[in-house]
Amino acid sequence: MSATSARPSPAAQPSGSAFILKKALISALVALVLFSLMIGVRTEAGPQGGLIYWTRFGDLAALVATVFGGSIVVELLRQWWGPVDKDSIVPKPVQSAISFAGRWLAPALLVFTFLVPVIFYNQRYILDLSILVLTYVMLGWGLNVVVGLAGLLDLGYVAFYAVGAYSYALLATNFGLSFWVCLPLAGILAAFWGVLLGFPVLRLRGDYLAIVTLAFGEIIRLVIINWQSLTGGPNGVSGIPRPTMFGIPLTPGDDGLAAKLGIEFSPTHRLVFLFYLILAMALLTNWVTIRLRRLPIGRAWEALREDEVACRALGINTTTTKLTAFATGAMFGGLAGAFFATRQGFISPESFTFQESALVLAIVVLGGMGSQLGVALAALAMIGGFELFRGLDQYRMLVFGIAMVLLMIWRPRGLIGHRAPTVFLERNQAISSDLVKEGHG
Amino acid sequence: MSGDHILTVDRLMMRFGGIVAVNELSFAAERRKITALIGPNGAGKTTVFNCITGFYRPSGGAIRLAHDDGRTIQLERLNDFRISKQAKVARTFQNIRLFPGMTALENLMVAQHNALMRASGLTLLGLLGLPSWREAEAHAIELARTWLNRVGLLDRADDAAGNLPYGDQRRLEIARAMCTEPALLCLDEPAAGLNARESGGLNELLLSIRNEQGTSILLIEHDMSVVMEISDHVVVMDYGVKIAEGTPQAVRDDPKVIAAYLGADEEEAIAVMESGT
Repeated sequence: MSATSARPSPAAQPSGSAFILKKALISALVALVLFSLMIGVRTEAGPQGGLIYWTRFGDLAALVATVFGGSIVVELLRQWWGPVDKDSIVPKPVQSAISFAGRWLAPALLVFTFLVPVIFYNQRYILDLSILVLTYVMLGWGLNVVVGLAGLLDLGYVAFYAVGAYSYALLATNFGLSFWVCLPLAGILAAFWGVLLGFPVLRLRGDYLAIVTLAFGEIIRLVIINWQSLTGGPNGVSGIPRPTMFGIPLTPGDDGLAAKLGIEFSPTHRLVFLFYLILAMALLTNWVTIRLRRLPIGRAWEALREDEVACRALGINTTTTKLTAFATGAMFGGLAGAFFATRQGFISPESFTFQESALVLAIVVLGGMGSQLGVALAALAMIGGFELFRGLDQYRMLVFGIAMVLLMIWRPRGLIGHRAPTVFLERNQAISSDLVKEGHG
Repeated sequence: MSGDHILTVDRLMMRFGGIVAVNELSFAAERRKITALIGPNGAGKTTVFNCITGFYRPSGGAIRLAHDDGRTIQLERLNDFRISKQAKVARTFQNIRLFPGMTALENLMVAQHNALMRASGLTLLGLLGLPSWREAEAHAIELARTWLNRVGLLDRADDAAGNLPYGDQRRLEIARAMCTEPALLCLDEPAAGLNARESGGLNELLLSIRNEQGTSILLIEHDMSVVMEISDHVVVMDYGVKIAEGTPQAVRDDPKVIAAYLGADEEEAIAVMESGT
């Protein structure tokens, strides 16, 4: 926090107890006005048809008190964990503990992920869920290249997911090509479509770019629905071959993997295989992205996000830089799509709605734009968390919404609000997200 | 005009709709010299800069850049990033345009993009981490270190550019432009917002760039202490036309320049103009 103390805090809010109390009182007052009629007075049609009413001032008081107390708690929490930049009042040992945890979080998470199939071998539900989470981690990392690094807001990312999925599905069902041949093909085709999308939107920035990419996502979906002869339209493509372990199918037959290894066949084998497959693909995405960030092209992406005019003045070809960002992001989306197709065995246009794009974008934004670890955590929180709240039935959405709002209050720039420099001379110090631009499109 | 000119601006015209921002402007900048372009606010200086550096396409006229090796490049035919990439013209901006979320060192690395792209085999060799790429990267870092040292920012190399004080940001922007290894360096008000001590340091930096790198410099400046002290040649503009040029001393004593800067009554101005021509 040394860098921040030299600079006046951008949002210098008063932090005394008087301020907190005042804020809590105002919140309580608003709650009182709001709930006095909604909760305080209850009306109902009486037995004679007349209106009868009774008061519930006890409930009202409890609610207002909750708001009052909650407001104090929220404000305190906000001042403790609040915007990364503020001088924190968290005691030193806690701070160092947090930073220690932060350093070891990524390796610990990775080791844990590797062990998931071992720990939860008999829990099909958890394995399925982790495969889903990893798929979104990969999608998030792919989109992170476009949105997080290059600062190009892409609302149609699902289009590339769909291109990848349909590439594999159609190539495999029509020509009998194997998964391992189709996987790179799906990536290349998606990258090609990424470039195709890139060309018309090169001149667009910000909102306009977002709208065109959104439209692109819808166009791809509509084409898939309507091109019945090729894609099967709304019926989708079924009977997509399952992946083989380099030619050895994971089936109960004599030539299956289980028979060859001389162990008893179990359907879990395939799940475990799929788990490690998507883990490897996600880690490849991560590795490539991390490498690219340290190469001139990656730095040019980030520079483009920071200031496009300055990039041009430095002789950077912004056209090709943007196109490579689109193509790289799209390629990872396509690879994830091919995996999705082989995992499901059946795909239809319903899997590639705008909601998917929004979800992946939410993961990237929530994770902290440009942060690899943040995206992984956000995918875990969004997909895993959503499943976690399944027991709450109709309150699930509510809890989820509240969690999102709270997170955005405390961490307006995402879970990981720092940018790690790609190269350093002496000190590898994180850069506060206040300085990092979001990009203009 | 005689001498070895790196940049020749020949009857440059720039119109925005009905407004003529630059009208038939001709001047030349000598090789390994510092040429200053001055004039009151709204004279069209930055427009000239934007034409030279490819941000605007001139409505008419020619801009020729003669390289050391004898190549002559018509700048008005190039645009955008090619000016910097092919013609080796670098520029800074009136309102600083660094990459604020990147460190000072990263800013200088981005400036070496084209050289590094070649060295990384358009990313492929770099992705594999081949030794030739590592070598090129180490070389780039070394160049960046040299320039950070030159502008006195070596100890702040790993700080975010947006966190640096204003004067440091100005110098970092010059260092970034120099990392593209330009033949001509165009500076748009490099001394704007600097205090007396800082602008003194800027003078030394610009002189050392001219003397040690042999880079020709074209600068727009309002700070006369900078202009008078370091320029070899001064071009004065007003209302889109050139009203005077010459050595700093000659320009300073020119009545038309004084009239343009201090403002004069209409009659007085006409009188000055007539007496001058």
